[in-house]
Amino acid sequence: MAGSTLHDGLTPLNGPSEQKSDDARGYYTLGDKLVDPVAPTGPIKDRWTTRKFENRLVNPANRRKLDVIIVGTGLAGGAAAATLGEAGYNVKSFCYQDSPRRAHSIAAQGGINAAKNYKEDGDSTFRLFYDTVKGGDYRSRESNVYRLAEVSANIIDQCVAQGVPFAREYGGLLDNRSFGGVQVSRTFYARGQTGQQLLIGAYQAMERQVAAGTVESFTRHEMLELIVVDGKARGIIARDMVTGEIETHLADVVVLATGGYGNVFFLSTNAMGSNVTAAWRAHRKGAYMANPCYTQIHPTCIPVSGDHQSKLTLMSESLRNDGRIWVPKKKEDCEKDPRDIPEEDRDYYLERIYPSFGNLVPRDIASRQAKNMCDEGRGVGPLVGDFRRGVYLDLGDAIKRLGKDAIEEKYDNLLDMYERITGENPYEVPMRIYPAVHYVMGGLWVDYHLQSNIPGLFVSGEANFSDHGANRLGASALMQGLADGYFVLPNTIRDYLADGPFEKIDETHEAVVEARRSVEDRVQKFLSINGTRSADSYHKELGNIMWEYCGMERTEDGLRKAIDMIRELKADFWSNLKVLGSADTLNQSLEKAGRVADFIELGELMCIDALNRRESCGGHFRAESQTDDGEALRHDDEFAYVAAWEWGGDEGQPVLHKEDLIYTAIEMKQRSYK
Amino acid sequence: MAVSGLLFIGFVLGHMYGNLKAFAGEESFNEYAHHLRVLGEPMLPYSGFLWIMRVGLILALIAHVASAVILARRAAKARPVKYAVKKNNGSSISSRTMRWGGVTLLVFIVWHLLNFTIVKINPSNGDTGGDNPYHLVVDTFDTWWMTVIYLLAMVALGLHLHHGTFSSLQTLGLTGSAVSRARARAAGWVVAIVVAGGFSLVPLFVLVGIIEK
Amino acid sequence: MNLTLKIWRQAGPNDKGGLHTYQVADISADMSFLEMLDVLNEQLNEKGEEPVAFDSDCREGICGMCSLMINGEAHGPEVTTTCQLHMRSFKDGDTITIEPWRAEPFPVVKDLIVDRSAFDRIIQSGGFISANTGSAPEANSVPAPRDKAMRAFNVATCIGCGACVAACPNGSASLFVGAKITHLGELPQGQPERWSRVVDMVGQHDHEGFGGCTNIGECAAACPKEIPLDVISQLNKDLRTALKNGH
Ligand SMILES: Cc1cc2nc3c(=O)[nH]c(=O)nc-3n(C[C@H](O)[C@H](O)[C@H](O)COP(=O)(O)OP(=O)(O)OC[C@H]3O[C@@H](n4cnc5c(N)ncnc54)[C@H](O)[C@@H]3O)c2cc1C
Ligand code: HEM
Ligand code: HEM
Ligand code: SF4
Ligand code: F3S
Ligand code: FES
Repeated sequence: MAGSTLHDGLTPLNGPSEQKSDDARGYYTLGDKLVDPVAPTGPIKDRWTTRKFENRLVNPANRRKLDVIIVGTGLAGGAAAATLGEAGYNVKSFCYQDSPRRAHSIAAQGGINAAKNYKEDGDSTFRLFYDTVKGGDYRSRESNVYRLAEVSANIIDQCVAQGVPFAREYGGLLDNRSFGGVQVSRTFYARGQTGQQLLIGAYQAMERQVAAGTVESFTRHEMLELIVVDGKARGIIARDMVTGEIETHLADVVVLATGGYGNVFFLSTNAMGSNVTAAWRAHRKGAYMANPCYTQIHPTCIPVSGDHQSKLTLMSESLRNDGRIWVPKKKEDCEKDPRDIPEEDRDYYLERIYPSFGNLVPRDIASRQAKNMCDEGRGVGPLVGDFRRGVYLDLGDAIKRLGKDAIEEKYDNLLDMYERITGENPYEVPMRIYPAVHYVMGGLWVDYHLQSNIPGLFVSGEANFSDHGANRLGASALMQGLADGYFVLPNTIRDYLADGPFEKIDETHEAVVEARRSVEDRVQKFLSINGTRSADSYHKELGNIMWEYCGMERTEDGLRKAIDMIRELKADFWSNLKVLGSADTLNQSLEKAGRVADFIELGELMCIDALNRRESCGGHFRAESQTDDGEALRHDDEFAYVAAWEWGGDEGQPVLHKEDLIYTAIEMKQRSYK
Repeated sequence: MAVSGLLFIGFVLGHMYGNLKAFAGEESFNEYAHHLRVLGEPMLPYSGFLWIMRVGLILALIAHVASAVILARRAAKARPVKYAVKKNNGSSISSRTMRWGGVTLLVFIVWHLLNFTIVKINPSNGDTGGDNPYHLVVDTFDTWWMTVIYLLAMVALGLHLHHGTFSSLQTLGLTGSAVSRARARAAGWVVAIVVAGGFSLVPLFVLVGIIEK
Repeated sequence: MNLTLKIWRQAGPNDKGGLHTYQVADISADMSFLEMLDVLNEQLNEKGEEPVAFDSDCREGICGMCSLMINGEAHGPEVTTTCQLHMRSFKDGDTITIEPWRAEPFPVVKDLIVDRSAFDRIIQSGGFISANTGSAPEANSVPAPRDKAMRAFNVATCIGCGACVAACPNGSASLFVGAKITHLGELPQGQPERWSRVVDMVGQHDHEGFGGCTNIGECAAACPKEIPLDVISQLNKDLRTALKNGH
């Protein structure tokens, strides 16, 4: 990071982009440009401080009269519920699991970034900011990212105070490691279970507020509709998943912290229940969906072993620090026992193509190259369809160099999990890995206050699009979730609530009745189609289409084909679905049907977004936009914008609103990892 | 529970030591029984110590049985529907038989008191031995089925103590590490073997005729 | 492989319920146990029979959502969660009995799903450190001895699955409560509320209707996160100290 790349934050360094290509013509209409109405100005360092001061306060006595609905109890939702509860608002919290503690944040392994600079290795708020913007391929909003870096240090303080057992050094101080290819050690961790420990911290803080009476917890409740009254978000319709009752919950403000929608691919590292329903229902009610095509594919997951597979398991990226990745040079060796393949017949392709970064190239590059190797027919492991979808991650050299004990100490848990799932011993046989969908950078569009374009609807965590641009750095999602929940939302939501309590509405209000009826009708519809196929089978088929055409590499033709296939699938779904059981008990098939219906619509929009963006950036690789040697090529002049999509109606086309990304503190540069 | 249990352990250890005096002969044994009664004199009346101990034991027994009943009822309420199939992976026979083992011990104690303390039933010739407990003991265990009853009771006692010793230490929070836990488990074995084994010696030796009148 | 499954079916909390027998064929050893049930459910759906309801979410052994008593063992024959149990632990021709967790404070919701909200209420009663957002001191201002931090971490790995309760012959949740007491009690930040926490949590535990612990040890053997029995000892010790000090 040379000094010359940093600027005062006052003068724009780039102009608005102008798109020349129009690959998605016929699939969308172009809407007005979009500007963040609350975008801060001034030197980047002062923006958040100034804004916190300027945002209006709510008198503590009034807070009890203000109702806040928070959907989601992951890091983003749980932290917000705890903090807003402490502040004295009347909070209602929702999650679909049987306990708030089970939100999918719990699965995060690696760690959480924070610019504490405990290692005195040159880290700073500015460097974390810079790394995040650059890592996101200059497709994020700089003010948001700077704020994220700024509050990161407070997150660690807060979590330690709550009793999160981070790893410590012998002297009793906190330990850090370097993660995700950055050159400083800023990642805090709790062995391979950082997400779990952070979430339990937030969960306990939230349960404390439940005991104090400020937060009411609704578990096994699924949000199925957003209530919008006079243009403002005023509540949700939720289904009690145990009794089947459709409930109306009204409030002054609604927060969606419902996580990512990676499950649109069917196979992903997300939880079985991860869904887009809450976000998609809001989208259909007018909230913009931003950059839906930005998907992060994680290079080190356990490969698919057969058709029965229900989810994919991540192997922490840290394995790439010690493992060497290779495939056989010759196709005919692919079936052999890897131990019988001599050194000279192995292709350590990452070390070959990227001599300076080698096995540590960023996630998207590592993923794409693995796919290329398998597409060439040099994949390993069982045949799935016509291909072997796996590459070796070989700890053999590291075991020779450091000894088995050292490797065991470092990766014990992971390697056990690997053996449990595959039945192979990673100390003896090279592990097999393959990329899998892991995280989505896209999500509901929000402004600097994390408010969507529907007033009163705030969106936090992975569910919003805000901080990671086209690609997220390792250990930054946990940071964002907690930053949003503990520090950002409580300071921005109060500015909105300062105008409250809003006009009282009750369940007989026309808009409320309508929302409720639409949910009831939909439930009845699912149960009455009475066709032949399970919701799961549609989900699998959708996943295959998405993975094939809107996965690691996207082409114009492929995306068009995918859109047609998804439309056919949708028609078939609504005429041939089979959901047994009734609406008034726990009914997992019914839950699934609702989620799949929304995934199908989302899938189409993702393909349209990917089709429109004829550039390669971050997790989005368009085959038409690469350098001569096959690297991703951005087109900042055409695409340095946020694509915010407006729902165009069931029969209409989505409307694209572009929000220009103007940088004042960092200049845009092409990435190079050669 | 833990306190009453530990008290019992103390008692049975002492009692066992007393019984072993049978090996030292009639005099020594009777001397000991007498000694128990005059202990603390003249500060305490005759049998004073014995009565204090008796009261302590009765109170402990009440507390012990009451907590056992409360625990059993809570457990029954906590699992009203039983499993169709249930395997045991982390428990020992002794830990799973505490309740029935305890009931067995209670029945045994009643019988034992009838036998030696209250009624002084002498199954071989009806002669209650007067002030000679040694004779009563030897007469009793000359009868094979009495010996069998006692030996069975000692099995029950051994089992109860095997888990009970460990359990009381755990209940008191004295097993906070893997090492101290292993030690408590070992203590369970030692106490069980020493007590059950120690008690069994007298009846066995009487039966085979090594201890005689 | 081909298997016979005896599965507890219960339409709702008030239904009586009973074991039903199903056959599944061509199960691959690479499937997880839950994927095997997915296969069964797809098959039932085709036949027009309602699929078996069971809980799962992360399917990677960390959320604690999955449960199931498999042949009398909580989470089945390996030390892991049901979602991480694979079919290679079974043989062709096996009969597998699958039941829900059984405990009064975990009432059956449907089929194999139970309500574990009692655990949340135990946490509400005191399983936290009161640290309001924004009031935290600089993280490194209070060092935590590494061995204590390690012990705290080792027991903080509890996933709240309830296997300990399911396995305990007394239906006690002492391992779960002990894990939280030990986690927070080992850290300097957890000290101010240490004594009231243990009294309140044990009170809530008993109030929920969990059984008392008689140190049988089935819980620790069933725990997928290998929470050791010493947490119960710690729980007892802290409770004793707390009561002695008048809490
Ligand atoms: C395997 C894995 C490993 C990861 N590792 C890391 C890492 O090391 N570092 C890092 O920084 N990031 C990591 N990530 C990413 C990170 O964990 C997530 O992005 C982040 O935790 C998301 O948090 P969240 O609060 O936004 O959503 P979530 O934690 O997903 O929570 C979503 C919540 O919304 C609720 N919900 C959803 N839909 C509905 C509905 N319709 N009605 C009611 N409730 C609903 C759910 O019940 C849940 O409570 C990882 C992700 C995965 C999958
Ligand atoms: C009189 C009938 C008895 C009954 C019904 C009974 C029953 C029980 C029960 C149910 C327990 C609980 C299990 C546990 O906590 O681990 C127990 C514990 C125990 N019992 Fe008994 N018991 C009886 C007699 C005895 C005797 C005679 C002794 C000793 C000689 C004894 C020693 C113990 C000990 C040491 C414990 C462990 C206490 C603890 O866990 O805290 N018991 N008993
Ligand atoms: C083989 C083993 C045993 C023998 C030979 C034995 C023998 C005796 C004798 C001779 C007495 C009468 C002593 C006296 O009156 O001075 C006695 C009393 C008693 N024994 Fe035992 N005993 C045995 C085992 C046990 C066990 C296992 C227990 C309890 C678990 C037990 C509990 C008692 C009690 C409570 C008394 C009454 C003490 C009193 O209040 O006087 N005994 N025993
Ligand atoms: S202690 Fe173990 S078995 Fe009990 S809830 Fe926690 S993880 Fe599950
Ligand atoms: S099995 Fe039950 S009795 Fe105690 S030691 Fe475990 S909770
Ligand atoms: S499904 Fe999450 S632990 Fe099994």
